[in-house]
Amino acid sequence: MFGKKVKLRLLFLSFIFLILVLTVFLILKSLEENVVYFISPTEIKNLSEIDSKEKVRVGGMVKKDTIKLNQNEISFVITDFKNDINVIYSGAVPNLFSEEKGVVAEGYLKDRSFFNADKILAKHDENYMPPEVKEALEKNK
Amino acid sequence: MLKNFEPNKIFLITSRAPKYVLFLFIIIISIGLIEALILSPEDYIQGHSVRIMYVHVPSAWIALGTFSTIAILSFLIIIFKIKSFILIAKSLAPAGLVFNIIALVTGSIWGKPTWGTWWAWDARITSMLILALFYIIYILAWRIYEDKEKIHKITAFIAILGVINVPIIKYSVDWWSTLHQPASVNIFSGTSIHSSMIIPLALMTAAFALFSIMIFLMKYNTELIKIKNKGLDRL
Repeated sequence: MFGKKVKLRLLFLSFIFLILVLTVFLILKSLEENVVYFISPTEIKNLSEIDSKEKVRVGGMVKKDTIKLNQNEISFVITDFKNDINVIYSGAVPNLFSEEKGVVAEGYLKDRSFFNADKILAKHDENYMPPEVKEALEKNK
Repeated sequence: MLKNFEPNKIFLITSRAPKYVLFLFIIIISIGLIEALILSPEDYIQGHSVRIMYVHVPSAWIALGTFSTIAILSFLIIIFKIKSFILIAKSLAPAGLVFNIIALVTGSIWGKPTWGTWWAWDARITSMLILALFYIIYILAWRIYEDKEKIHKITAFIAILGVINVPIIKYSVDWWSTLHQPASVNIFSGTSIHSSMIIPLALMTAAFALFSIMIFLMKYNTELIKIKNKGLDRL
């Protein structure tokens, strides 16, 4: 169907392309630790050692009924539905921060179940709908 | 088929078509903006800031689609030596870069009220930034390289190398934990955006697509004028 030269170029380019894809894949694989934006409470539980000077990000859901406001401190629990971690933070939280919503906390680990956050980011899900629809959904639950 | 790529004939089209495309663009963006800014509802948690989506998401789609098109054309240029595609690929890049930058900037503006940060080095955002860098390298390569025969190959290779990043952008939110939420629109499993919000999203996508087609035609037109001025009668 194709000329000999075309076939040769096709073969050559596909070969180079495959090698490039493989290279990128291996690079990303070996950098996986840095590519992930946050780790889960379970991953923290499984850490072999804890470096309290290293900055980490923990992500998950804000557990229901755990948000507590003290004078200028807020404490809550991040959960991935298997393990929990307690977070203490002082400062302003983003608008979307609330119970049973996604959250990413940046800061330092005290131990495997205590986290000192110095930055709180809200993570939202892929669902977009008007408030009325949400209410209807809640009612039908 | 290749006779249709005679510059003189194409030139007639590219010099006239932009104003019609512009006309269509103005109509659709007017309806789209009314839908997006006034008629469409607020989001149940994000409130009015959801409206940034109608600019952010279409821009990102156009940026990805344009780069993929450039890469496919580049592939055909290298394998089949289809010379007419060279200037098409070259002319597509500026509009793609513009929409890539719009996606990054609107994402940043959207990130502040929702996530609480202007920027995060998560996989989705970083890979989108890398796409912008590929656009810039691609466009710069066309500008700085003198050797006409070599530049076709070099730019084509840049595009083919860069296209590896496109599936990474697409699946970054599934492969790694990111601050960016997963995809809302999926060809196979439907969409998690309410239908009242899909209409403005589709309209804005159509409007941005028309705008990038217009920019492409204008850029292509100037490329053809350059060739004409050199007294060449073929691409």
